[in-house]
Parts: sequence; C-alpha cells; structure tokens
Amino acid sequence: MINSSPLLRMEGVSKRYGGVRALEKASLEIWPGRIHCILGENGAGKSTLIKLIAGVVAPDEGHILLDGKAVSFASPAAANEAGIVCIFQELSLIPDLSVADNIMISDPPTRAGMIDRKQQRICAEEALAQAGAEDIHPLALVKDLPLSRRQMVEIAKALARKPRILILDEATSALTAADVTKIFAVLKRLRSDGMALLYISHRMHEIAELADECTVFRNGQKIETYKAGSKTNTEVVELMIGREYKNVFPPKPVKKSDTKLPTLQIINLSWTDRLRDISLSVQRGEIIGLGGLDGQGQRDLLLALFGVLRGCSGQVLIDGAAVKINSPTMAKSENIGMALIPEDRKTEGLMLPMSVRDNLSFAALHRISKGGIVDSAREQKLTQEMINLLAIKTANVDLAVGSLSGGNQQKVVIAKWLMNKPRIILLNDPTRGIDVGTKQELYVLLRKLADEGAAIIFYSTDYDELIGCCDRVLVLYDGKVTRELVGAEITERVLIASALNIDMEKVVHA
Amino acid sequence: MKDWRFWFAEQRGTFMAIAIFLMMFVIYISNHPAGFNANIVQTASNKGVLLAFVAMAQALVVITSGIDLSIGMIFTLTNCLASWLVTGSPLQVAIGVVVVLFVGALCGAINGAVVIYGRLQPIVATIATGAIYYGIALALRPTPGGTVDEILADALTGKLFGFIPASLVALLVVVLVVWIPFSRSVTGRAAYAVGSSEQAAFMSGVPIKRAKFITYTLAGLLAGIGGLFLTFFTYTGEAAYASGNAYTLFSIASVVLGGVSLMGGRGSAIGAIFGALAFRTIGDLLFVFDFDPLWQPLFQGVVLLLAVSLSAFGLLRIRNRLEWFG
Repeated sequence: MINSSPLLRMEGVSKRYGGVRALEKASLEIWPGRIHCILGENGAGKSTLIKLIAGVVAPDEGHILLDGKAVSFASPAAANEAGIVCIFQELSLIPDLSVADNIMISDPPTRAGMIDRKQQRICAEEALAQAGAEDIHPLALVKDLPLSRRQMVEIAKALARKPRILILDEATSALTAADVTKIFAVLKRLRSDGMALLYISHRMHEIAELADECTVFRNGQKIETYKAGSKTNTEVVELMIGREYKNVFPPKPVKKSDTKLPTLQIINLSWTDRLRDISLSVQRGEIIGLGGLDGQGQRDLLLALFGVLRGCSGQVLIDGAAVKINSPTMAKSENIGMALIPEDRKTEGLMLPMSVRDNLSFAALHRISKGGIVDSAREQKLTQEMINLLAIKTANVDLAVGSLSGGNQQKVVIAKWLMNKPRIILLNDPTRGIDVGTKQELYVLLRKLADEGAAIIFYSTDYDELIGCCDRVLVLYDGKVTRELVGAEITERVLIASALNIDMEKVVHA
Repeated sequence: MKDWRFWFAEQRGTFMAIAIFLMMFVIYISNHPAGFNANIVQTASNKGVLLAFVAMAQALVVITSGIDLSIGMIFTLTNCLASWLVTGSPLQVAIGVVVVLFVGALCGAINGAVVIYGRLQPIVATIATGAIYYGIALALRPTPGGTVDEILADALTGKLFGFIPASLVALLVVVLVVWIPFSRSVTGRAAYAVGSSEQAAFMSGVPIKRAKFITYTLAGLLAGIGGLFLTFFTYTGEAAYASGNAYTLFSIASVVLGGVSLMGGRGSAIGAIFGALAFRTIGDLLFVFDFDPLWQPLFQGVVLLLAVSLSAFGLLRIRNRLEWFG
C-alpha cells in the first residue's frame, strides 16, 4: 500500500510567543491522497500550526517528520523545496510584479542566466488554467487585480510548484462562489492524484464537502481528530468551545426600557465591499458587542465611524443629529466626543519611545494647553488622575511607554482617550495579548464608564468577553450584520454558530 | 487587453521620463542660436552622461526600496583614484581602468554588506560609508591634480563618425552590459520583489540577501564608471566635497523624475537615465532663455516638485486614510 504511513507527522510540537503559548504539545498526521481539515476558534493555534509546517517559524520543542525523517525548515523556501507549499491569505504576492512573474517567482525558467519570458508565460498560463483562472491575464500587475483574482493567482502560484503537501489557510474567504466551485474541483482532483492537503476554514459547509478527516484545536492544544461526517455540527461546536467558564465579569445592570435618543445611530453604512448596509444604535450606558469571525468588517466599521475611511455611504447620527466625520481629529472634537482604542497599540496607539506622560496627553492636548502652550501643572494633575483611575503600574510618568508591560501599555492607550472624557468609546479587540488580571480590570472599567453615561462599541475576538461584558451583540459576517443577540440570548454556542453562519435551529435543537 | 498595454502600463514611469526629457530637449534645441548640430549634442551628452551613470546606480538601490547616500562619494573617490592610475603605457591604463571599476564595485559591496549583515538602515549606513569614502578620496588627492591618459579620454568624450557622441555610446553599452542582463535575471527580479514587498518576497522564498548585495555592488560599479568618466572630462582628480554631495542629491532627484518609486519595486534604470538627462537640460534651458545661472537651483526645484506631484495623484484614490502613511 502506498498510503500505509503518513507523509508528515508532528509530535509534541510547542510554540510560545513571549509568555503566550500559541501551541502546546500538538501532534498531527497528514496522509497522501486525503484532505485534512483543521477547525478551531480565533486564536486556537491554527495559524501557528501552519507557520510551523511551512517553515515561517521554528518550534520550541517537538519534531516534525517528513517521510519518517525529522526535518526543520529554516525558511519558507526550505519548506517549499521539501514539497510543502502554503497558500496564505494574500500575503505572499508581490504587488508590483506581473501575474506571470509572481506565479514563477521561486523558480523561473531561464536561458543564458536571464529569465525566459516566453517560457515563463507558458508555464504561468498552464498554472492559471490548472486553477481554473484562465480569465486572468499573465501580464497584469498583481496590484491592479481585485482581491478575489489575487487569491486565484496565489492558488495558481502554489500549484505551479507541484507540491506534495498543499496547505490552504482560509484560501476561499475572498473568492466568489463560482471560483470556490472551480477550486473545489481542482482540490478533489489533486487529492485523487495523491497529494496531501491541509485545509483550514471557518466555513462548515466547505469542510463538509471536502474533508476526509478533521482535527479540532482549542487554546493551542489538539482536542480531537475524527473522520469526516462522524460528528454533527453541534458536537463540533462543543469541541471548539469546551472551555471552563470563569466569572470574571462585573454584573450587568438590569435593562431599563430606554426611549431616549440614541447617543450614536448608524443607518445603512457601507464602504467598498467590506461594509454592507450596517445599521445600529447605541444608547447612553450601553455596551454593544461586535462578534463574528475575525475580518468580517468589524475593524472597518470602527475605522469608518472614527473618520479614517473615505467614501463611506449611509448616515451617522449623534444625539439624533446627522454628522459627517471626516477625520479622527473631528471624531474626537467636543461635540462628537468619540474615542477609538486601536487594535495594534504599538503602531496606532502609542509612541513607544516617548514617556507615559507624553503619550497620555497626545489626544487631549487641546484640553491641557492655553494659547498653544502646554500647561504642565494641569497636565500633571490630569495624567496622575488617569494613572490612579486605571492603576497603571509605572515607577515614573517620565518612563518610556515601551518599557511597561503589555497590559500596562494597553491601559495607557485607554487612559489617553479617557483624558478627553469621550461620550462614545469604540474598542477594537483591546484585550488581545494582555494578562487575565488586567483584562478583568478593563471589564470593570468599561462597565463603570457605561454607568457614567458613555456609549460603548466593543469588538472582541474572545467570545467570553462578548458574553460577559455586552448588553447586546451584533454578529457580522461578510460585512453585514447577520444577527443581533440580546441579554440571555448571548451564549457561546449561539455566538459561534452565528459567526460561522450555520443554521441556528440545527445547532440549538440537534 | 492587448499584451502591449500591460507592458506599457508597467513602464509608464519610464515613458513619462522620456517624454519629459524630449519635450525639454526640443525646446532647448529649437531656441538655441546655433540650432541642432553635432557639437551641441556632444556637449549636452557629456554633461548628461555623468549624472546618468550616478542616477542609474541610485535607481538600482532605490528599486530595492533602499537609498545610497554614498553614491556621490564613490563617484568622487573613483575620480581621484583614476587620476593616479589611468595613465602610462596602454597596459597600465587598462589595469588602471579595471582597478578603478573594481574599487567602485567594492565600495558598493561594502554598503551592501553593512546594510544586510549590519542590519542598518540604508540611509544611515551609507552616510557613514560615504564619509569614509570621501576621507580616502581626500587622502588620495589633498589638492586637485593628477592626470589621465588623454588618448582614451578624448576618444570616450569625442564624436564617433564625426557626429555620434562617444559618451552616449558608452552609456548605451553600459545599459546593454549591466542593466539589461540584471533586470532580466532572477536576481534582478528578486530586487524588484524585495522593494515591492519584502515580507511577501520572504514568504515566496526569494533570495533577498543575494538580491540586495548584488544591487548595491552594481550601484558601486556604476558610480565608479561615472567617476572614471568625470576624470576623462576634467583630466584631473579632485576630492570635491560639495560636488560629491550634489551628485548624490541630484541622483535621487533624477531617479524620482525618471519614474522610479522611492517606495521601491517600480521603475527602471532607463527611466533614471532620462530623468538625469532631463534634470541636466534644465540648466541648458536657462542658458538659451538668457536667465542668470543663479536661477538654476530654483528651477531644478520647481521641475522636481512638479514631477513628483504628478506621481502623487494616486493618493487621491486611497479609501483608507491609514494607507497614506504606508
């Protein structure tokens, strides 16, 4: 038998990033001629797993065996040479080169030391045809192609390398339905040709169609491998959740029937193809959660509200009056009073080498200065208030922010915006990569701010937080609000099911 | 879409540079009291070719999204070196030329090594190496002087068949021997890939280090060719600080005029050559219109600003304001 041993085997592989364990003693077998699907929540360790196999990062411990021999790849190029090719989410294409250049980038045909463009074009056209993307011109520049076409180029590029193991990481997320059908046909043909495929997707119906076997990951650990079709959707969702539920959240207030004007209301907000007709309203004292899988438009929605995106259509009303917010400067102005706690504190939230005091003052300079001169006594007083309010642990306000711990850095980002006394607070996954203790303090703070009258929109990739903190949760899928959950309806099971956009009834009653 | 349209779109910056140059040159010639003749073309070519070599060198580095601020100093250093070595018997002259070019390439290779293995920002690394190269140039020629083989110098700065400027032919040969093979090689493509998206290049298994190293080395070589030609024009060597720095800055201006993106990944050395020629023509235009030469820096600035503004139109189409900051 050809298929008597796995092509690739991982044994007890672990990977940590700083203090966070991304993958813990994971094992996995990949067989030729089979499609192996990986399932898991956001942050379950799927991407780390792929990066390890594809040679992007090296494991801290454990072995990866290819054909029974231990291997360690120094770079993606080394993994490619061993026949492992990964299709990342639009990461590996070079925007200024043509489609043909990109497809043949790792090993272009040459003649007398120069790239043989005719031959290259023939190869590229073959690869495009193999991926069912004959409509893409091989001489077009990648940056001029829409996202769905780029993804097809990415797939063609992978096929042109004639891999033994092909890894697809959410490779269909940007594709049109017609493309997905074509790609599935290609993948099934590759499987019958004996290729091993590793398929990562959040889309349950895709997995149902393709998978021979599935493995569920959770919190960096492998939970279970099972034969495709041997479990119901409900059982799979249970496997993906399976966490102990710890009560670290402050109690939610009993909802009063509020008939006041909403502080913030959005009507039919759209932006390119990333946001589609989003409508929502937030009252004083309310915390609205944004749920759903990562990258379904939550971040774009917050940026749109904060005036970062151009060409948005639809209406934004503050206290019932229509406003047009064109820039962050305008969003934070007195009459709007908005604050955005960004996702990436290192690039969008803080100036790392500058002091805690300077960072705290940046968004509120107009409050603490007179005639363009910073009033240092007032600055000192307000920054100290914030440091006390959030219990920021810093020996000195003149210390560089970069020297604080991640949790304290995040507190500085939040404090910086609270200096402005915002009425509308937007949070973009603010607890990513910070410790549990700080998280808990943040939850208490959020509720306190809401009680004092702020309207809060809170995007989190952590379902527990949405359940514990939010009065209502809007689930986004593909740029649309697909479901609104209120009060007791907000459970992990329903959140995951609606995030995956699978049929609710089946999950709840199956 | 037809194939040629894609090709045209890819080379648009280069065509823009050619168009700008031709426009300026036609205005210059049609207003010149003597009209179009071989001598005027020869003079224009000799003036333009020096900057063209240095601009080519800069273009190579800029394509990888780096920058080489030592380029003018390599140019100065090789000029000083040539004023010692490129003289004597034909054999000595030949050896001298080879040594001068080798030193140019070596300077570039050192830049590359510092940037790649020292992991320094190109801008800082090349300020430092540039100062070192200038120091050596000063040691070689504390005061202007030296000599160069006049037969070779006159042959390369004169006219072929009585009307073709020899320096232009030399430029063409360098393009054919250095740029064309480079741009079509795997390494050349890797240089574009690195400049366009280093992360994607890494993920695609592109030889990043090799591409950068060869690019910086070739840039040094091209600056060395420029330094050699400077010696042929002036018959002497001079460690001129101001002129070295001016060449560095003008090379960046030429690269931008030539449609090479300072963000990397886009443009060609051909574009940079025409950018350099256009930049040089500004001075000539002032001459035929009887402006005081003192106006030259001002006009160069205005032309550069206009050219850069043209290429900034793309920013108007950006939908997410965060992308303004790259």
